[in-house]
Amino acid sequence: MRILIKNGRVIDPANGIDEVTDIFVENGIISEVGKDPDLEGIDMEVIDAEGMCVAPGLVDMHVHLREPGQEYKEDIESGTKAAVFGGVTSVACMPNTEPVVDNEAIVRFIKTKAEECGYANVFPIGAISKGLEGKYLAEIGEMAFAGAVGVSDDGRPVENSGLMRRAMEYAGMFDMIVISHCEDPALGEGDMNEGAAASSMGLRGISPAAEEVMAARDILVAEAIGGRVHIAHISTRGTVELVRRAKERGVRVTCETCPHYFSLTEEACLGFNTNAKMNPPLRTADDVEAIKEGLRDGTIDCIVTDHAPHHPDEKNCEFSAAKNGIVGLETSLGLGIKNLVNEGVLTMSGLIEKMSLNPSRILGISRGTLGAGKCADIVIFDPSEKWTVDTSKLHSKGKNSPYGGFELYGKPEYVIVGGEIVINRGELMK
Amino acid sequence: MKHDLLGLKELSADQIGHILDTAASMKEIVKSPNKKTPHLQGKTVVTLFYENSTRTRLSFELAAKYMSANAANISSSGSSVAKGETLIDTAETINAMGTDILVMRHGMSGAPHLLSPLVSAAVVNAGDGMNEHPTQALLDMLTIREHKGRIEGLKVAIVGDVYHSRVVRSNIYGLTKMGAEVSVGGPATLLPMGIEKLGVKAFDNVQEAIVDADVVMGLRIQLERQKKGLFPSTREYFRFFGIDEQRLKLAKPDAIVMHPGPVNRGVELSTSVIDGERSVITDQVTSGVAVRMAVMYLLSRGGF
Repeated sequence: MRILIKNGRVIDPANGIDEVTDIFVENGIISEVGKDPDLEGIDMEVIDAEGMCVAPGLVDMHVHLREPGQEYKEDIESGTKAAVFGGVTSVACMPNTEPVVDNEAIVRFIKTKAEECGYANVFPIGAISKGLEGKYLAEIGEMAFAGAVGVSDDGRPVENSGLMRRAMEYAGMFDMIVISHCEDPALGEGDMNEGAAASSMGLRGISPAAEEVMAARDILVAEAIGGRVHIAHISTRGTVELVRRAKERGVRVTCETCPHYFSLTEEACLGFNTNAKMNPPLRTADDVEAIKEGLRDGTIDCIVTDHAPHHPDEKNCEFSAAKNGIVGLETSLGLGIKNLVNEGVLTMSGLIEKMSLNPSRILGISRGTLGAGKCADIVIFDPSEKWTVDTSKLHSKGKNSPYGGFELYGKPEYVIVGGEIVINRGELMK
Repeated sequence: MKHDLLGLKELSADQIGHILDTAASMKEIVKSPNKKTPHLQGKTVVTLFYENSTRTRLSFELAAKYMSANAANISSSGSSVAKGETLIDTAETINAMGTDILVMRHGMSGAPHLLSPLVSAAVVNAGDGMNEHPTQALLDMLTIREHKGRIEGLKVAIVGDVYHSRVVRSNIYGLTKMGAEVSVGGPATLLPMGIEKLGVKAFDNVQEAIVDADVVMGLRIQLERQKKGLFPSTREYFRFFGIDEQRLKLAKPDAIVMHPGPVNRGVELSTSVIDGERSVITDQVTSGVAVRMAVMYLLSRGGF
């Protein structure tokens, strides 16, 4: 298949490009970027992208696809379908499935399944410890050879500092990033952020220190051994500050935040709204400001969704009994445009950098750019086009989104994965 | 539109005043020799309790029976989830049996708020987790009003496990709306962060909390909190936070002493204070039946 994308605003932060031009895609590869390529007489699809942004497909390095084992929440097909509707062409999926992704066989299962029925590229993340039990290292090397792109015990902290150190050393041999879910369990026991909102509803508060204590530990461990660590879903002013200072010292630390940590505060939980329950919890307006500042000054490297689909019964219950997490794949771009680009926190190119280029670099996958010769994963959207979130129409099996009724911008019009048009004028092709 | 009593957070001062006025006349019935009125004749009241309770439950049951309602009880040990049926399914089942008023106690904050839109019965919150216990605060306010003639302008000190107490939250919402000045006191480990934002003063020093108070209220200290390391021992608790006659001298000379019960003698309050002349604890119990009669009656008539 050949595709010519004409007259779009091509945004490719890897090559410093942000200009109106054309892109020509052939055999799954970006073959040319530039005005008026000589294509006379060639049979091809032409996409008129005038007024639209043409960017590398988004790379979401923190997604729960739930397969194998929890297909009632989500599976690889439904999760990757949700991804492409959100402009996400590559997802890295977390290993807290049933069974846990702690060996080569499960990594291969996910990759095979994704090739069979996935709409987006799927890059599995393996567990740090066998069974996510925090005791013994999983077979990280074999998982790397099977195609895992990083390791994490996401959903659970690695409580044992020694194990975390060994994980950084061992995964480092295979160029695998260690992604740390930072939460001191004793400080983290609770329902929502600690403070006035929790106190007003009689809910148990989670201190920001629960996240910060372990982020500080992981930074110090990485610093001591010269290892590399990526701090997952950071939510507090304190963690932003810890990462900022560590980067100044030259520590090999990167980090991510999620759209909810720059879009919502703890007050979204008022009225016992379980769709605002997540871990780490939504914080205060001051934390939201700090997250935005961290995005602006480069302390925070990427924006991920922590897409966490759940069955309605797991949310339609008592707040304390409700599962943590929200779906996010279909709203992340819209929230980024609305709350970061339109508010002047990031340029459009800066947003694409954090949602595509930087996660690709951290994981070491050759995505996140529109350079000639690169894999043709492309998203095309009109950033001025307003749309309203209807949670019942989400393509994920999980409808657990706090953004119902929100007006966002920039629904993907075209999504190209590996040179194939998957979303065409907003509609799924295959 | 259906009316519920989920909490005092949701009520206005006028609505609270209306309930208290109604409760004052109900109290006459409770004290009279013939305790049978037709106020809830033909209505069905079900109490659904997921936590142990003797007094609150008996209080609701007697309130319903004094007003000629059909009254039935269901109790469940442990959570609905552990039992295999969800709270929502249980409540919808009870609702489908013709229940008019569903009185519910649950260990998790917000449980009655979850049910309210799903059932046609009026939902009365008889205590949800650490959130609210509105009829307790209403009976406290009725008792205060009877003894002090007013609520507005009074200084009310509430001392004990503020963190875990639904009684304190309902009292904060109710008393501040009625114009009282509220201070809370307890060990720092049992004071929730940000509680001042609810319009109260918080002290980790019992003396400061109760100085010049018109009303001194103790809150129950549960032994399990000690096991979780929130305070070292009940002995030490009493030494620093217990209210005895000596400490009570810091309050106004005519201050009354209250406690939602059941009291741990010698922990929250000394025995001499509990049995002393300033104690209105047994009167609170009588007020409780009257308040629950008023709440259920008003709900059956279209709300507050």
